[in-house]
Amino acid sequence: MPLAALNWNPALDNWIVVAGVLCAVACALPGTFLMLRRMSMMGDAISHAVLPGLAIAFLFAESRNSVAMFAGAAVVGVLTALLTQWVHRLGKVEESASMGVVFTALFALGLLLIVRAADHVDLDPGCVLYGAIELVPLDTVHLAGTDVPRAVVTLAAIVLLNVLFILAFYKELKISSFDPALATTLGIHAGLMHYLLMIIVAVTTVAAFESVGSILVIAMLIVPAATAHLLTDRLSITLLLAAAIAAAAAVLGHLGAIALPPLLGFEDTSTSGMMAVMVGALFALALLAAPRHGVVSRLLVRLGLTLRITEEDMLGVLYRLEESGRTGESQRIISLMRQARGAGPVLARAALADLRRRGEIGGRRESVALTERGRTRARGLVRSHRLWEAYLERHWNVAPQRVHTSAERLEHVRDESIQRRLAERTDHAEVDPHGSAIPQRHPPDPRQQRQ
Amino acid sequence: MRTRHTSAAFAFALLLLAAPADAESGSLRIESTWPSAAQIARVLMLRDHNTRVVIAGTALLGLACGTIGTFLLLRRRALMGDAISHATLPGIAAAFLVMTAAGGSGKYLPGLLLGALVSGGLGVAGVLLIRNLTRIREDAALGIVLSVFFGLGVALLGVIQKMERGSAAGLESFIYGKTASMLQSDALLIGACALVITLVCALLFKELTLLCFDQEFCAAQGRRVLLLDAVMMTLVIAVTVIGLQAVGLILIIAMLIIPPAAARFWTDRLAASVTLAAAFGALSGIVGAGLSALAPRLPAGAIIVLVATGLFVVSLVFGPARGVLSRLRDHLRLARTVARQNLLRTMYEAYERAPAGPHAGVSREELLARRSWSPPRLRAALRRAQRESLLWRNSQGAFELTVEGLIQARRTVRNHRLWELYLIHHADIAPSHVDRDADQLEHVLGARMVAELESLMAAAAPAAAVPPSPHDLPDPRR
Repeated sequence: MPLAALNWNPALDNWIVVAGVLCAVACALPGTFLMLRRMSMMGDAISHAVLPGLAIAFLFAESRNSVAMFAGAAVVGVLTALLTQWVHRLGKVEESASMGVVFTALFALGLLLIVRAADHVDLDPGCVLYGAIELVPLDTVHLAGTDVPRAVVTLAAIVLLNVLFILAFYKELKISSFDPALATTLGIHAGLMHYLLMIIVAVTTVAAFESVGSILVIAMLIVPAATAHLLTDRLSITLLLAAAIAAAAAVLGHLGAIALPPLLGFEDTSTSGMMAVMVGALFALALLAAPRHGVVSRLLVRLGLTLRITEEDMLGVLYRLEESGRTGESQRIISLMRQARGAGPVLARAALADLRRRGEIGGRRESVALTERGRTRARGLVRSHRLWEAYLERHWNVAPQRVHTSAERLEHVRDESIQRRLAERTDHAEVDPHGSAIPQRHPPDPRQQRQ
Repeated sequence: MRTRHTSAAFAFALLLLAAPADAESGSLRIESTWPSAAQIARVLMLRDHNTRVVIAGTALLGLACGTIGTFLLLRRRALMGDAISHATLPGIAAAFLVMTAAGGSGKYLPGLLLGALVSGGLGVAGVLLIRNLTRIREDAALGIVLSVFFGLGVALLGVIQKMERGSAAGLESFIYGKTASMLQSDALLIGACALVITLVCALLFKELTLLCFDQEFCAAQGRRVLLLDAVMMTLVIAVTVIGLQAVGLILIIAMLIIPPAAARFWTDRLAASVTLAAAFGALSGIVGAGLSALAPRLPAGAIIVLVATGLFVVSLVFGPARGVLSRLRDHLRLARTVARQNLLRTMYEAYERAPAGPHAGVSREELLARRSWSPPRLRAALRRAQRESLLWRNSQGAFELTVEGLIQARRTVRNHRLWELYLIHHADIAPSHVDRDADQLEHVLGARMVAELESLMAAAAPAAAVPPSPHDLPDPRR
């Protein structure tokens, strides 16, 4: 796709994308650990609460001094975590509520301080919330012979810091995230890891603030990690995937910001907002289509199970009819089979079609009958049903007239070893409580029967 | 300089609560930006129509937030307000776009509020769906919804800002709030919302209580949990949407969380808690709006939230039900009881071991050797027991029990030994191990429990029903 068609200006847009990607990756890495620790909202809390830290740093330094800013942010970040813990412990306030109390109070304080500080320094809360990533290429420093935007340098340093932090403390972070008690017994200071992570989150937040605004920071702290969590179970892969998803969302976000609105007849829009939307879209995609934890695949698994149970119920009905010598009344059979599990017409038809495809029932549409293959499967099922009935009656004192309902559910548990143990526990019973014969697993050889 | 203003504002807030109207003007330094006595009086007497409207509006908002917030807090959904308030932004922006495209004014307030209501509802649904359908936990679900919805809102605002027709100016007030320029119609809207919320909470009080404390029981009682939940969340969304304009998107969260959290320190009864939370919310609204009328340059929403935070801190420290001080007092009282009982039992056991006949009391060294306690703790316990006249110090400097002390000591020793016997007979604990367990439990035995233990032990070991007293007890007064 020709970038020129999008009014892509390499001198500007390339740097915007680079800054967005760096910021997204910097946030996604610590965000993964926040998510594992069920502390995602701490990212939200800290990124709102660093406001007073920034304001106080401005008031002290009387300028936009980066060192003072980072220090102020780190202090307030840890303070947020500490205060949340204190209010939670001292006041016995539920943890999320204590977080809510602390970060909104700090945010309010920050707003007041910033308004007071605004006389001296050019800083408005709007800039903190949405940032101004579009302005990143304008503020450059001279580095290695070229002009590099200052924000890109800062963000690259933060990415490096976060990568080094995770590499250095990978094992400690991993264990203390999954099992703090185990971490303590292994001699890892879980509390220290907690506060180190809080410092990293606070510093990352501040670095990203200026260029992309706090809302994108929150989005990138939480959403890529959650998306990766849907796709894999391994921590190392989660980290890499989260970083990749965050970077992809940043690129897509900037493209979307300059390409999407014109399609609808508008001008371009805020890049950081669009980046958050794009990462949300990626999350929605994973939510639906993730291979194991996605909604669609789980729905498919559940549908498959429903289909299997319906099929088994139908086979059971056919087998019992055969046992009592009533074959051939196919309309009745089909309606009986539907009733077997209260299956609706669609499900019943799907189950019939699937049974036919597997070659377990045969005959034309009007005369449904078990094939040899179907009979074997049906026999196993009926055997399971009656063994369960016998077992329930014998060992659980369930009245004979009531065992059927429970057995109807349990019959689908047809694990080989369970079947064997059921037979043993019922002394290889030959009839169920209703007096019907329990079919053998291996039917007597017809040739032997003939003899 | 700057920080002094903030702390002065806090001091002023306290003064406003406590002092009569004419007391404070002299005590504060008046600077060019600082309000004059006449201004303060104007605000306090509610002379300005505008001040009256703002104070009434914020008070009603605080009331409504406190009421519904209590239920939200109990349902462990405190941060849901966070997600909802962020999720309203795209609704506002989209409503603006739609109304402008339809040719009308983009700033028609009911339309904007409707948009906010719809997207707030979508946000709640999103959180619940993500949480219930996937392995993503609630905290991450909240974060996802709030950041993505807010990002969408920001993107839409970006589109609006560059539009040729209709300026976006004014939409930002939904993010930061514009308390000071509240109109009478806004205040009336808030009032109506507060009325509805109070009425619904009063009518559904029993149902909402059940829902918050025991959802399963609520369902088992035949109540529609889903419907109740929907009603509750609709009220939360409504109050958030209405409050957006008053205090802004982020600070409305505070109004939903802080007053209810503060009220919980004062009482364990839900009805009282709701009332208190409403009162705290209203009070922070009144005081905060009053203060900001005096300092128009400061954001009013932030002042209101800081007043609420002040109330929270006071409650956290002084609240009688679960405040820090009251819990500390309970803790100290228990520690003292334990120390006294340990001392009495040690004394009694020393008596038992002593040779028959009048004896010279128990020296501090002996007491120290009999239990693993530090000298300062023993000294403190001895001093207190002497003050309560359970012990006295004889001429040799040794300690003896008074009659009252002896009675209490006997009771303590008896409880201790009953427990030991109970543990040996009924809990299968080896005799060599019971002492430590009994040591921890004996202090918390109530009268009923002792009676139960006695009846149990009378059957198992009747001889042990009274602790053995191997020697004649000396008269300590002699």
